[in-house]
Amino acid sequence: MARARTPQIGGRFERIEDPPLVTGRGRFAADISFPHQLHVRIVRSAHAHGIIRAIDKAAALAHPGVFALWTADDIPEVPPIDFREGRIERLEAYRQPVLARGRVRYVGEPIAAVFADDAYVAEDAAELVMVDIEELPPILDACDPPGEWEPGRSTEPGVLTQGYGDMDEALAAADQVIELDLQIGRHSGVPMETRGAIARYDAATDTLELYGAAKIPHRNRDALARTFGRAPSSVQLYEGHTGGGFGIRGELYPEDLLVSAAAMRFERPVKWIEDRHEHLMTANQSRQQRHRAKIAVKADGTILGIDDEFFHDQGAYPRTHAMRVVDMTLGILPGPYRVPAYRVAGHYRLTNKTPAATYRSPGRYESSFVRERLVDAVADRLGLDRLAVRRKNLISAAEMPYLRPLIVLGEDAEFDSGDYHGLLDRALEHIGWDALQADLRRRREAGEAVGAGIAIFVEKSGAGPADGARVSVDSTGAVEVVTGGASIGQGFETAMAQICADALGVDYKRVRVVHGQTDRIAYGIGAHASRATVMTGNATHIAALAVRRKALEVAAELLQAPIEALDVVDGEVVRTDRPAGGSIALGAIAASLHPNAKTLGAREPGLAADGWHRTEHLACPYGIHIAVVGVDRETGAVTVEKFLIAYDVGRAVNPMMVEGQIVGGFMQGLGGALYEEFVYDERGQPQSVTFADYLMPTMSEAPEIEIILREDCPSPRNPLGIKGAGEAGINSVGAVIASAIDVAIGMPGAVTQLPVSPQRLKAIFDRGR
Amino acid sequence: MTDLHTITLVVNGRRHTLAVEARRTLADTIRDGCGLTGTHIGCEHGVCGACTVLVDGEPMRACLMFAVQADGSAITTVEGLGSRAALHPLQRAFMANHALQCGFCTPGFLMLAAGVLAKEPDIDDDALREALSSNLCRCTGYAAIFKAVRAAADAMAKKKVR
Repeated sequence: MARARTPQIGGRFERIEDPPLVTGRGRFAADISFPHQLHVRIVRSAHAHGIIRAIDKAAALAHPGVFALWTADDIPEVPPIDFREGRIERLEAYRQPVLARGRVRYVGEPIAAVFADDAYVAEDAAELVMVDIEELPPILDACDPPGEWEPGRSTEPGVLTQGYGDMDEALAAADQVIELDLQIGRHSGVPMETRGAIARYDAATDTLELYGAAKIPHRNRDALARTFGRAPSSVQLYEGHTGGGFGIRGELYPEDLLVSAAAMRFERPVKWIEDRHEHLMTANQSRQQRHRAKIAVKADGTILGIDDEFFHDQGAYPRTHAMRVVDMTLGILPGPYRVPAYRVAGHYRLTNKTPAATYRSPGRYESSFVRERLVDAVADRLGLDRLAVRRKNLISAAEMPYLRPLIVLGEDAEFDSGDYHGLLDRALEHIGWDALQADLRRRREAGEAVGAGIAIFVEKSGAGPADGARVSVDSTGAVEVVTGGASIGQGFETAMAQICADALGVDYKRVRVVHGQTDRIAYGIGAHASRATVMTGNATHIAALAVRRKALEVAAELLQAPIEALDVVDGEVVRTDRPAGGSIALGAIAASLHPNAKTLGAREPGLAADGWHRTEHLACPYGIHIAVVGVDRETGAVTVEKFLIAYDVGRAVNPMMVEGQIVGGFMQGLGGALYEEFVYDERGQPQSVTFADYLMPTMSEAPEIEIILREDCPSPRNPLGIKGAGEAGINSVGAVIASAIDVAIGMPGAVTQLPVSPQRLKAIFDRGR
Repeated sequence: MTDLHTITLVVNGRRHTLAVEARRTLADTIRDGCGLTGTHIGCEHGVCGACTVLVDGEPMRACLMFAVQADGSAITTVEGLGSRAALHPLQRAFMANHALQCGFCTPGFLMLAAGVLAKEPDIDDDALREALSSNLCRCTGYAAIFKAVRAAADAMAKKKVR
């Protein structure tokens, strides 16, 4: 019998990343060192807002082991942090300087940098730098009228708007208009590895190297090249192991520019490793928004329009992301429902807090909370069932692809495919919704505070426009995929290996995956916004198919066989039309394509090919969250008894890894729903600067999670049908927990603010009394 | 600050004689002095547990101990738990159950679990969950970590019976 191929996509395969990671052989940022390196410690502002009057460097400079000390005056050539997309006129003046110039705007803002031979010495000396700051009153509430960022410049650099339909008419025609005031707390990704950056300048080749890169090494290479006026080819970024990304790691921060500038100036490697205290007051925060949202409905629950004005608390500077989270919120808020009219204004406001940017499911965790609270309120106000109102307004499968006249980060808000009703039915059936409701009702009647909530969402993924990959096979048959993707712990290598292996016809363990190395490939999109598996995955698929084609062409000649009778099985080209009849290994084919091989003929040398995937469309996965919670009326503590996530990922390359993404995302969402919050006091002092204050869930808080992973609607926008998986678990956790708590305590609409801390819940009880 | 103390650590069976400042943490010493970077530093105040190592068999936060306090001790780090060629059942189970994503917290969880299971091989689920709650992970949501440690405990118990 002819040999058959083993499918490599769709299996719950063990990850190729794991062996070094479970044996302590990983290479995280802090693990990277170079001979003669300097360590840098940052002197940070102790005040939320103020004018720098004087900086006394003498004592620190005199400290043994100190090599240099920089303030803003020492680096006039280093410009403020650039936007990822390049110049944005109206935000230009608001960019963060690498070291504070004249004024400080948040606690933790870098003011000076101390370079020393030893990290302990640098930290000692940093404490000797005396900074005299004249305190100014801080602006801490983004909902207050805008203040002065600096003389003549408002703390509101812009208001973004989108909309369609006739909102005024919708409001006039409505049987009910319901208005809610909703707040999402300030929280963030908080990866277990703090940030780190190690720069080295190689004078021999005039190359600047930056290690500790993540997320978007190629874009950051280009940005660094722009910043320092260098050719991109003379700046190389290297991604090692990355201890969690979640959107916040891998952006260019002041420290990345500082070590780069110092490495070039001193011609010595410069290493910076953040400590946790620094991380919690300087790494990008996210989420904080307050929405004043109206929904216009008919008496039967049909949505006529959503009218929303919100205030986005950006913190002190726009950093690399500028207004992206506001933009995202505008574009995605109506979600999976038919909303005939929509009007939204997002106020982008600067405050004296740590700057903000993206965190896993940016703009969606927030807008799902707003949208789902509105829908719950519609049902509650009209005396309808919350589920029935959702069902009535859900976009149907027949309406796909569904184009909504909105823009999501430069792309049309078009939902490519989906069967929202079908997934909803499946989720309800799985959890036994009716019986569950009856049981919860009985328990409530017996005095328990228990309830269930449901939330529905559409995610976005796979934004283009293009990504490429190069697949090659060497003479031993080993396969290499070179990508410009990034691995932030999500299993990128395994996913790419499986995709490549499946197209090529080898075992995925034979595939080595390169990512995050700017000197290996010219372009790359990195890993962000659930793009990597969709974009780089499809590029890899296309490249691997091209390699396969080339291998078959050569084999057909060598084996004297018709090409249609050949297949690649386990790394060998074999005949499929008869049990025997010769075979040839991919490695041997690669050898026959060596530039010096006589068999090469007129062909391009090497068994290798490039592949590109281009798209102008999003791939939009969708999901359902159902939560069952219990509330302790004495303490205000919330316990999640059960949580179900139903999700259509289009095609799961590795279901085990997709489920891992979902469960992990869920837990971060739970943190934001119940525990995590960056709190500031009235002087702008951050109160959540240790893990004892910023409370992330532990195993004790982890409920049982059930997952229904579906491949009902593969994306028609890419050859493999893939939709992103990274943000499914987190998207609606805040929304659904709020919904379930309402029901549990018998106070519909009571939860208007995340996280629902015990204190906030106690306050709700007290108000209800 | 520059007074150095000569100490001896036996790390994964190998003796290291080191001159350290009194204030240098055990975690930094293992990493910089012994060159074993598998022990990770996640918070430096004893909450996250990424730096957990076994000191004379006990799981300890290496960030909360000074190296001088460990003078003369036998220390096991993740590098000494098993090798790529002969993985420890816990390492095997973490891979099989997808109990790691970024892998940064993994050495701490492995060493914590190794210490717990050595002392209480037939630990029940509640006690195990309680013990593993002392470390933080930000990627996995914990379910897979619990499953992996449970599976490893069962595998180790079975081996002993035989």
